Amino acid sequence: MQISFSLNDEPVTVDVDPSTLLSDLIREQLSLTGTHVGCDTSQCGACVVHVNGDSVKSCTMLAVSADGGEVRTVEGLSKSDADLHPMQIAFRENHGLQCGFCTPGMLMSAIDLVKNNPDPNEAEIREWLEGNICRCTGYQNIVKSIIAGAAAMRAAS
Amino acid sequence: MRSFNYHKPDTLDAALALLSGNDEALPIAGGMTLLPTMKQRLAAPEDLVDLSGLPGLADVAMEGDILVIGAMTRHADVAASPLVKEKLPALANLASRIGDQQVRHRGTIGGSISNNDPAADYPAAVLALNAEIVTSKRTIAADDFFVAMFETALEPGELVTAIRFPLPEVAAYMKFANPASRYALAGVFVAKTTSAVRVAVTGAGPSVFRASDIEAALAESFDATALERISIDASELMSDIHADNEYRANLVMVMARRAVALAQQSG
Amino acid sequence: MNAVVGIGSSPKRKEDARFVRGKGTYVADIKRPGMLAGVFLRSEHAHAKLNSIDVSKALAQPGVKAVYTGEDMKADNVGGLPVGWGITDKHGDPMKEPPHPPIAHDKVRYVGDAVAFVVADTIEQAQAAAEMIEVDYEVLPAVVGLVDALRPNAPQLYDDVPNNLCADWELGNSSAVDAAFENAAHVASIELVNNRLIGNPLEPLAAIGEFEFASGRYTLWTTSQFPHVVRLLMGEMVLGIPQHKLRVVAPDVGGGFGVKQFHYAEEAVVTWAAGKLGRPVKWVAQRSEGFVSDAHGRDHVTEAELALDEDGKFLAMRVKTLANMGAYLSTFGPNIPTNLYAPLLSGVYQIPSIYCEVKCVFTNTVPVDAYRGAGRPEATFVVERLVDMAAREMGIDKIDIRKRNMIPKEAYPYQTPVIVEYDSGDPLGCLERSEELADVAGFEVRRAESASRGKYRGLGISTYIEACGLAPSRLAGQLGARGGLYESATVRVHPSGAVTVLIGTHNHGQGHETTFAQIVSDRLGVPFEDIDIVFGDTDRVQFGMGTYGSRSLVVGGAALSQASDKVILKGRKIAAHQLEASLEDIVFEDGTFSVAGTDRKKSFQEIAGAAYVPFDFPLETLEPGLEEQSYYDPVNFTYPGGAHFAEVEIDPDTGIVTLERYTAVDDVGTIINPMIVEGQLHGGIVQGIGQALFEHGVYDPTSGQLLSGSFMDYCMPRADNFPQLVIEPHSTTCTHTPMGVKGCGECGTIGSPAAIISAVVDALKPLGIAHVDMPASPNHIWNIIRNARTPVAAE
Repeated sequence: MQISFSLNDEPVTVDVDPSTLLSDLIREQLSLTGTHVGCDTSQCGACVVHVNGDSVKSCTMLAVSADGGEVRTVEGLSKSDADLHPMQIAFRENHGLQCGFCTPGMLMSAIDLVKNNPDPNEAEIREWLEGNICRCTGYQNIVKSIIAGAAAMRAAS
Repeated sequence: MRSFNYHKPDTLDAALALLSGNDEALPIAGGMTLLPTMKQRLAAPEDLVDLSGLPGLADVAMEGDILVIGAMTRHADVAASPLVKEKLPALANLASRIGDQQVRHRGTIGGSISNNDPAADYPAAVLALNAEIVTSKRTIAADDFFVAMFETALEPGELVTAIRFPLPEVAAYMKFANPASRYALAGVFVAKTTSAVRVAVTGAGPSVFRASDIEAALAESFDATALERISIDASELMSDIHADNEYRANLVMVMARRAVALAQQSG
Repeated sequence: MNAVVGIGSSPKRKEDARFVRGKGTYVADIKRPGMLAGVFLRSEHAHAKLNSIDVSKALAQPGVKAVYTGEDMKADNVGGLPVGWGITDKHGDPMKEPPHPPIAHDKVRYVGDAVAFVVADTIEQAQAAAEMIEVDYEVLPAVVGLVDALRPNAPQLYDDVPNNLCADWELGNSSAVDAAFENAAHVASIELVNNRLIGNPLEPLAAIGEFEFASGRYTLWTTSQFPHVVRLLMGEMVLGIPQHKLRVVAPDVGGGFGVKQFHYAEEAVVTWAAGKLGRPVKWVAQRSEGFVSDAHGRDHVTEAELALDEDGKFLAMRVKTLANMGAYLSTFGPNIPTNLYAPLLSGVYQIPSIYCEVKCVFTNTVPVDAYRGAGRPEATFVVERLVDMAAREMGIDKIDIRKRNMIPKEAYPYQTPVIVEYDSGDPLGCLERSEELADVAGFEVRRAESASRGKYRGLGISTYIEACGLAPSRLAGQLGARGGLYESATVRVHPSGAVTVLIGTHNHGQGHETTFAQIVSDRLGVPFEDIDIVFGDTDRVQFGMGTYGSRSLVVGGAALSQASDKVILKGRKIAAHQLEASLEDIVFEDGTFSVAGTDRKKSFQEIAGAAYVPFDFPLETLEPGLEEQSYYDPVNFTYPGGAHFAEVEIDPDTGIVTLERYTAVDDVGTIINPMIVEGQLHGGIVQGIGQALFEHGVYDPTSGQLLSGSFMDYCMPRADNFPQLVIEPHSTTCTHTPMGVKGCGECGTIGSPAAIISAVVDALKPLGIAHVDMPASPNHIWNIIRNARTPVAAE
């Protein structure tokens, strides 16, 4: 069936099988492979994207559910390759990533946190990250990155 | 997952018509349980009826003394609702701790209670608060709704449309989460009204249940110390690699005491 | 940043420019023209005879291109998966090494053993067809536990492996140890379990096989830590593909931790199937599939004893370990609990004699192999638990007993009784600084505060040493390695003076693109931005043994350092010619070649340009070009070490253990990039804490089903499980690596489990608890507390 939605601010119209997951549509059909799939039980959070402004797990959502909506992936965080979102800069500056696999989901989740809570403390960040697993960093520099990214987002707004 | 025919009706009647008499059809709300099950190919409906286009099912409102929450209201919206926070803060608090934030952005209260996962949080609130479940056909009392593991009083093709919560004097929910899945290993919702105390336990048994000994003790004295000499029978509780039944029995009592203490604080 | 970035600074990572934009390229992201999708059908039984497999219905499904079984591969003369390291048992006999077919035939030996491979146009079609395969299993009794597998009458996995015993191995002098025990004032003993772990790098395993008819070449894209080794093992021993006809590419890889340093059946199957079908074939593991197809880690049962004199000085140690191999030998399976375990049993202590016996045992479980730390966390756990036990029994403070027995800084190099010679270290310095940072002095006040809230608080300690920088090939060869363990690097200087490094290690999170560029920038004076690090492609990189065992900087970095030296020498020759001076008079400093004592000079970039414009070169003595290669084979292991303190609080009502403080002081040698080293330590510590508090691979003892088979049941550490970690380096310089580096990737995982359990036991001291097995999960701890409080009810 045909669906239309906004993907990273660009209109998209695609034919999908109804059983297609949003993560598969984004990765396989639309070739935006920044959204990763790290588990099959909706826990790791590598696939987190924004749908209508909210962070969701794209591996646990049908693509057809995005029909008429707005989807943003990690590729849509910065306007051009030259730019970076303040949260992307913060992750790089604070060594908030190692292998890079969880990173897109972490970024999307972190930005949603700051939208809901512009100045989160460490405990709030750690609690919010319940749905994002990282196997490399021990989370310490992710937390540090999000504190810095939130500050930069506040300064920018 | 296996493919299916996708339907997104825009009226309740149309949704019911699609589900009626079709054994191979399933409704989907947030899909937080159904989609993982379908991905594992453990469920394979031929028709999937998406309820997200139905109007008026995601409202939160007071009707007299009753807090009414539409079945399609997402956990995040219950958690953030000023009305729920004001009238029934224990429920907002429970909703804010279901799954993770991304699950709370998709999962719905109607989907949660219709699924009746033995470790889900909402069933404990619905049962302890003596809520009524409004369906496309009738109104069902909470005591009659939760039948067994993944089983409710809903008939095939019957859909939950709203949950009606009478407001308690005080209430609180405490859970001890499975360290891996973060579902409840034991969750206890305690609610005190002018006439009674109701206590519902999730996560510990094969389905949510009321803990009558705890209720009786609290009816006599609504205080955590009233529970110190009470224990619950472990033999009916579940055992798995995370928690044996004796441990779950202990957790129920610990969570019950903590819920009472929290309810007293917030009251 | 267009500048030289030297050793000891923390430039932002080069690789992050793509990763934060979601522009990394992982195997699952790759699409090849005409690519098909593959799905494995895996055994649902732990042990069964395969009477027959009927694939006819599956073959008839829409989109299905082929269904392969073990018989098909056998008929095509596909070999078994090889073992890279053989061991010899205590009687001088080689280990039992049963064949390991990529797809099982005759018999399946664990839940997850591959039974068939379905290839179709789409993954959905392949999955649907896999469900149509009819397998006639004759289910056999299974055995998953180590002790059970050695019992008489236990189910036997192989007809020709009596008692499921792969090897009965030993190290050390047992008679010297026996004598020391006879004269001991005190003997401490312990029985412990090192829990089975499932590594779970966040990127699941994936592989794409490809065959190009015109060139007769195969390509394998794989999530591997060591593509050249995969080429060697798979090409030579499994599929019979000549080395020059096989390209193995490991692009961006989402974490490894050892799990991706083995040659896996799936790699061979997709490559073979691509050749059969003439089209690329892709397989991507589902996470729950990975739980039964990725190699697991740890899984030991150990009895250990420590003999002490009346002053608490260590006299001798005796260790008997059962190590689970799983159902087949994985690539390095038998090496991990033997050669990477027993030589570390001296820890940071002076122990005159040590004897260790290890029985490697087959069971009906997923094969067990290296997982971050690999043998060394297991050794540290034994040593440190024994030392705690001795301190407790002799009434000596557990920090003090360690200080009494530590190898003093001035005693290095120190020859242990178990093969290895430590070149450098300062364990006491690490311990004293760690003690200070952890505020050990203030602990009793904190304990009392916890007690006032009804909580138990405990302080735990662990010291550790590891042997890493794998490995000196001569020693490895003597110990059974079937290949060398050197590393190679090529430094290719372009005419512009920009540099491409081709290196045989693999970057999957460790920041090699940054650290290695710093080394080159520092050595050659080339701007950091002008340096690219290339890895992971056997067609581009000359050779290499890959990344594991904290070896990349130690061995690969040394090769890079040596190759850089060769570039400088060649540059000096060119400069001597250009500046009309003798070679001896040319000095190279800060990126400039100059004639000593004059102002005549050429920049590195000028010399690079000149190297490729050899109009007047004396060609008989000076070749054009500026590209040098080096292979480095280390002379010894390196020995990072450290001292960790953990502080936990236990809620007796629920048994939950909360980590309140964690302090680590580590000796990692010279630090190239402090930011990256800190990140490695954080990650390692948290993985080790994961083992101690959360993670557990659990099998049903009867059915052999994996009960912890997804993230729903296998507890991954999450952000809210941890406080901020306090870490600080306390480095001594390695005496034999070119830059004095020691490695840092595994320190945390090695040091932290023992520190956590020490803290848990300390917290439960009021109840008389002496040891707690891992993981210290809530139910487990609650049971211990309950049984201790009501001893009558205890079993």
